[in-house]
Amino acid sequence: MEQIYLDHAATTRTVPEVVEAMLPYFTEYYGNASTVYGFGEKSRQAVNHARDTIANALGAKSEEIYFTAGGSESDNWALKATAEAYKEKGNHIITTKIEHHAILHTCEWLEKQGFEVTYLDVDENGTVSPEVVEAAIRPTTILISVMFANNEIGTIEPIAEIGAIAKKHGVLFHTDAVQAFGQVLIQVDEMNIDMLSASGHKLNGPKGIGFLYIRKGVKIRSFIHGGAQERKRRAGTENVPGIVGLGKAVELALATMEQRIEQESSLRDHMISRIENEIPFAKLNGERSKRLPNNVNVCFRFIEGESMLIMLDMKGICASSGSACTSGSLDPSHVLLAIGLPHEIAHGSLRMTLGAENTLEEVDHTVDVLKEIVAHLRNMSPLYEDYIKNHKD
Amino acid sequence: MYSEKVMDHFQNPRNVGEIENASGVGTVGNAKCGDIMRIYLDIDDEGIIRDCKFKTFGCGAAVATSSMATELVMGKTVQEALQVTNKAVMEALDGLPPVKVHCSLLAEEGIHAALWDYAQKKGITIPGLEKPKNDISEGLEEEDY
Repeated sequence: MEQIYLDHAATTRTVPEVVEAMLPYFTEYYGNASTVYGFGEKSRQAVNHARDTIANALGAKSEEIYFTAGGSESDNWALKATAEAYKEKGNHIITTKIEHHAILHTCEWLEKQGFEVTYLDVDENGTVSPEVVEAAIRPTTILISVMFANNEIGTIEPIAEIGAIAKKHGVLFHTDAVQAFGQVLIQVDEMNIDMLSASGHKLNGPKGIGFLYIRKGVKIRSFIHGGAQERKRRAGTENVPGIVGLGKAVELALATMEQRIEQESSLRDHMISRIENEIPFAKLNGERSKRLPNNVNVCFRFIEGESMLIMLDMKGICASSGSACTSGSLDPSHVLLAIGLPHEIAHGSLRMTLGAENTLEEVDHTVDVLKEIVAHLRNMSPLYEDYIKNHKD
Repeated sequence: MYSEKVMDHFQNPRNVGEIENASGVGTVGNAKCGDIMRIYLDIDDEGIIRDCKFKTFGCGAAVATSSMATELVMGKTVQEALQVTNKAVMEALDGLPPVKVHCSLLAEEGIHAALWDYAQKKGITIPGLEKPKNDISEGLEEEDY
């Protein structure tokens, strides 16, 4: 059975061009990038080249890019090390209720260390209001962290507006751009972004590599102590193949971005419109237009997400859900609750995230299969039975 | 993550549906936690379960435990059905992942709730059966898109 992969927000395929670029740095040019001899120079050049590529993509300087092991490390570093470096100035951090757990759980940890965190509400589409951000700023606020785009519902936040507010008030601004980097254009100067987290495996790069952009002048403590790598701020021998792979993935993502946005958003809108027209009691989650080009997130009333995922899997379709059963707790996704969905509806969410390789045929086939699955599960649902009985007239 | 038996009962659930004028109906769980199970029993004058159907809103394990529970009580006397524990349901399914054990509890409670309803209707007491705490057949919020 052919697999249809619709979980690109979870991870993506490392594309062959990226693997090919990485391979020589395992077996041929394996020298340590911190050595003096020419053999190590080869690795150093490769690392620098990747750093330049990423800096260019963001409109940043090369020395502002720090390689990490991925998005979660970048988020942890940005928050913990800023809090530490600026604690004389204040102890207040502003973030939102819909952040990734790498941000939320780090904030909860910081609260235990004595920091105060404001978790901002979002509207029913998951949009953070810049006015609400501004109103939350106190004299003790040292950092604002708002994600560029939400990983579950795809809503793109008004980052430039929030960045302008942060700048006006002299507060540092961090954005978790793990889902957005490589999908949409990001310019750190125009958007007044001081720190930005990104990850390689979300943009057809390898897993285990990411970076944190830190604007020059931002005081930030080193996160891993040891050698002098990454300007002494993140010690550890460079993951040269990973860095090379990330650089190549960014190069490809940038070159194909315009065309991918067009292709993916057209597939996305086709899928959303077919679901809305052909499956009753289905509701799109997230902002309709300011939305990641690859994200479809829908709640189907009266049914539960994990059941849908298993049935889709049996048909060879990979997707994800924000139901409790997939989160390992009794509560459905914090993002779906933050946009105001009642628990029983949030349990019926389905996220399908497209990639450059998905076709119209795959999308159409998925919707056809989904129609049958939703009908099958509703036929089994006591909630649907009650609804039909109560709405007979 | 699931055993073959669980997958089989999820893919081909036994006894899905409703029974008109059922001898007893029980609904347990709540939509907030993502699991609701409704059990219908048809019990004859001898006190033997002649038919059993279910409807479930929930994950794969919730559907499979409902399906297995209906199979286990079919043809049994009321007293025997009362002895069908969540452990028995789990064992019959070759086990459940630890996070899904509560689904099997729901199946046990569902049977008990349906038996309680039957006893209420008949005006009898079933020794060993306590009033189920989890009946949520009333008070489900209505929301329209």
